[in-house]
Parts: sequence; structure tokens; C-alpha cells
Amino acid sequence: MSSKTITRADLASAVHGAVGLSLNDSGDLVDHTLEIMSDSLAEGAPVKLSSFGSFMLREKGERIGRNPKTGEEVPISPRRVVTFRASHILKDQVNRG
Amino acid sequence: MTKSELVQQLAERNPHLYLRDVEKVVDTIFDEITQALSRGDRVELRGFGAFSVKEREGRIGRNPRTGESVKVGPKRLPFFKTGKALRERLNESKK
Repeated sequence: MSSKTITRADLASAVHGAVGLSLNDSGDLVDHTLEIMSDSLAEGAPVKLSSFGSFMLREKGERIGRNPKTGEEVPISPRRVVTFRASHILKDQVNRG
Repeated sequence: MTKSELVQQLAERNPHLYLRDVEKVVDTIFDEITQALSRGDRVELRGFGAFSVKEREGRIGRNPRTGESVKVGPKRLPFFKTGKALRERLNESKK
């Protein structure tokens, strides 16, 4: 299994290749896409992309954590987190390799 | 938000593009991430988050109805970790 890391620049270059926009415009579109998704999640609305997966929001209540270095107990404030549920299509593709 | 709503908002921010090209942009981005993960690559989108593949070893499972043992093969699962900037934005209103 390879272990390359794909970044925004690689996505921009894929968009450039597939749609024929300039690399600059392609990079802007990748950024806009991620911004629009982040805005939706920050407003509390999940993002559901058919055939890819869903970014859902979960509210976590307060719990007691521990500082692993000192062993000291500290309260962890309630927070909202994103969970990603991959679609069956994505799961199958990843598993098939 | 659905994929078509994402396409619509992206088109509104880029009025110089044809809608069909905007659709192609969105499909290309998620196809590319899917392909990278199926090769076992990691996808790191700073500020948003990172996609990676987790390997699960095979195990002996049990059919809960019959109690029968079944072999579950090793598998690879896509995984997402929220980026720092997004994680902070999610909780801004609470600070």
C-alpha cells in the first residue's frame, strides 16, 4: 500500500485536468467548495454528498478528562463535533483497493 | 446541505462558469478523494480535515442469532478527522 498524501493542490490539478480551467481558478474552486461545506457545518447543517458520504454533527456533553502528563482531572466542556459516515460506494471502493 | 445545494452555492460564487462545469468540479473533487483513498493514500485538506484509511484485522465474529462462529476477513475503512480550523468554528458560538 502506498502512503502518499494528497493535498488541495492535487485536487486543483485534477479539476484543471478534468474541466480545463486554469490552475488558479481550479484552486479557488477547491477552496470555495471546502468553505461552503465548512460554513454549512458551522451553521449546524450536516453535509450529505450522495455516493461519497455524509458529514454529520454530534453534540457531546460535558465529561471529565485527565491531563495525561500530570494525571490531573479537568472538565471537558460540551462541544459539537463532526462525524463522517462514508457511503457504501466509498466503503466498497476503499475496501477493494 | 446536499450535493446539488453545494453545486448551486458554488455556482453563485462563480457566475462566470457554466453550471455543468461547476457540477464537474464538485464531482472531480470527490472522485479524486475516493481514488486516493482506494489507493491507500491520505488526503489532507488543511483547515477542513484529513481523510485516511484504517486497516482492520480479520477476526472471528459470531452470528448473534445462531451463535455460530464466522470468519470476518481483514478490511480497510475510510476515516475522517476534522481539521483544527473547522473544529474551532463549530464551537465558536459557545465561547
